[in-house]
Amino acid sequence: MKMSNITYPIAKDNDGKTIWKFLISEFKPKGKIFTPFNIISVPVILLGIVLIVIRFWKGIGSITNLTQEVPWGLWIGFDVVTGVAFAGGAYVLTFIVYILNNQKYHSIVRITVLNGFLAYVFYAGALLLDLGRPWNVINPIIGNSFGTSSVLFLVAWHFLLYMLAQLIEFSPAVAEWLGAKRARKILSGMTIAAVIFGITLSTLHQSGLGALYLMAKDKIHPLWYSEFIPILFLVSSIFAGLSMVIFEGSISHKVFFNQISEKHHKEQDGIVRGLSRICAGAMFAYFALQVLIFIHQKRWDLLGTPMGYWYLLEMIGFVLVPMLMFVSGYRSKSINMIKTAAILTMVGVILNRLNVTVIGFKWEEAIRYVPSWMEVVVTLTVIFTEIWIFRWVVRRMPVLRDAPLWAKNQDK
Amino acid sequence: MGLDRRVFMKTLGLAGTTLALGKSLTAAGKGKDSTEFYGILYDSTRCVGCQTCENTCAENHSLPAPTDSPEAGVIRKTDENRRTVVNLFKTTKGDVFVKNQCMHCNEPACAAACLTQAMYKTKEGPVIWRGNKCMGCRYCMVSCPFDVPKFEFHSANPKITKCDMCYDRIQEGKKPACAENCPAEAIMFGTRRELIHEARKRIGEQPDVYSDIIYGEHEAGGTGEVYVAQVPPIELGFKTNLQNESYPALSKGFLYAVPSVFVLLPVLLLGIHETTRTNKNNQNEGDENE
Repeated sequence: MKMSNITYPIAKDNDGKTIWKFLISEFKPKGKIFTPFNIISVPVILLGIVLIVIRFWKGIGSITNLTQEVPWGLWIGFDVVTGVAFAGGAYVLTFIVYILNNQKYHSIVRITVLNGFLAYVFYAGALLLDLGRPWNVINPIIGNSFGTSSVLFLVAWHFLLYMLAQLIEFSPAVAEWLGAKRARKILSGMTIAAVIFGITLSTLHQSGLGALYLMAKDKIHPLWYSEFIPILFLVSSIFAGLSMVIFEGSISHKVFFNQISEKHHKEQDGIVRGLSRICAGAMFAYFALQVLIFIHQKRWDLLGTPMGYWYLLEMIGFVLVPMLMFVSGYRSKSINMIKTAAILTMVGVILNRLNVTVIGFKWEEAIRYVPSWMEVVVTLTVIFTEIWIFRWVVRRMPVLRDAPLWAKNQDK
Repeated sequence: MGLDRRVFMKTLGLAGTTLALGKSLTAAGKGKDSTEFYGILYDSTRCVGCQTCENTCAENHSLPAPTDSPEAGVIRKTDENRRTVVNLFKTTKGDVFVKNQCMHCNEPACAAACLTQAMYKTKEGPVIWRGNKCMGCRYCMVSCPFDVPKFEFHSANPKITKCDMCYDRIQEGKKPACAENCPAEAIMFGTRRELIHEARKRIGEQPDVYSDIIYGEHEAGGTGEVYVAQVPPIELGFKTNLQNESYPALSKGFLYAVPSVFVLLPVLLLGIHETTRTNKNNQNEGDENE
């Protein structure tokens, strides 16, 4: 498929009649059908759908191992809390590109925002699976049931508004795909407002996800509980998000090779190096904060326990080590070392979020919560479906490839 | 400049809305008016473990009657089918029975956690659950320091269940079923002020019989259910590591910061954006020259 001189059907003939034909043709699959990803993901998604039907028919307990003591498990701890941290790349990059006006990273903004937007849509979707009474989900949004003293109220509103902000940030790409010139002009005029709004929302709900656990003071292991959870969650979302951007970029550049112009291919290594520096900086701040909290709370006695070793593994193996690798990878221009550091960092963020929400939650309980295989399958279903939609959009809209000429002229 | 002004006004408008929302953040759970909460004083020295409270509670809430009895060494827990349980403890002063149920905190964590006000502290004192508002997120269960709210994990239309101090009976001017029917008069219903007074009187009159701790007087910011017993709470399976400040206070600092961040951060971001614009223009010119 020649991507360089792709034509935009509606841009040429914008009389409205061809839109449906165009959309129908766009809904047909593009690319190979029997790829390894498809072969693995399709059975998992089908099984996941069956499990979701059972869950709504027989109740949450029918497919999860949740208990009265541990009411939030993998679906909240991993899908929502960890997933949203990984989606943090969007607000960090829009800050760098639109607020700091650093054009170096402009070519990866769209794919990062798309990734972030889909992450929120699907993780908010995962939240619906976890709600016992999802038909009441609109209560905090409309009506007279505002629980304004709840951190979750704030998080719910921010999820919703941030999805809107991200949709506006991404919408010029949709307009370019449809050839809607006027709409694109209006939508791209809204970008800065959406970015400012989006960064503010992200600051508050990334920290808000941590603040959710403030009231569970006696239930979370003291090595992971402190009144600074919100700040720790916010700072770690910076390098969680950017590590995801590095990881996703290295995959996208292979899978969607033909979408990316020569110029952007060449830029990629410089972008990765730049991101590794920001990651290292954010991780240094995070590590320093953790050390301060450790000393302030006099946690020395807790280190000699199994949970203490586990804490040391997280802090040294998955924060300090990848931080040093980011620095060293940046200095020696070793992209592979930076990619390895990104993966280690992501493991560290998963560990940290699960330690607060699942592993360190009710750590003294005799019967521990371990997610059932069905919870894992549903989680994979959510992730795989997101990747399907992501791929569908990237293959059709100008996300990785350059915007059409008319759009570029509009921006001048 | 036109665009800039528009952006600024938009930001300002959004910030204003949030500020307005933010102001009511601590409205719930803070009762400075003179309404007196009702509560229950439970006296372990009087309880004989007959389970009348359990039976009458089940009857009143159309739940199955208990099939097991209190036994030393076995901790019976409340669950979706029983809202109160009596347990037996072997203590330094012999066998002691203790009844457990919702503590009806003065400033309940569950109600502060609830984003739909389904979990609700009524002005009479009972903390109740309202099904038409609840979305089943179970954040109340995560937040409750006493692990009281239970969830029907095996229902397609699950409810959060817990003791509601027989709120419907209180509205009719009656006592909660357990207090009404206790044959040993171990369960006393009244305003919290009366109950604390009564608890102090009992301890003061018989200091050899009672331990001098009133459990619930200060725990978690004070609770509607208060306990007196022969032995200190630690011997009776009570949580003794709870803070005396209310649990909603823990997230107050974060919630207070929200309006300020929402007003100040957009202004800061807009300022940085404006000052770095020249930077961008220079770079754009560079691109065109390529």
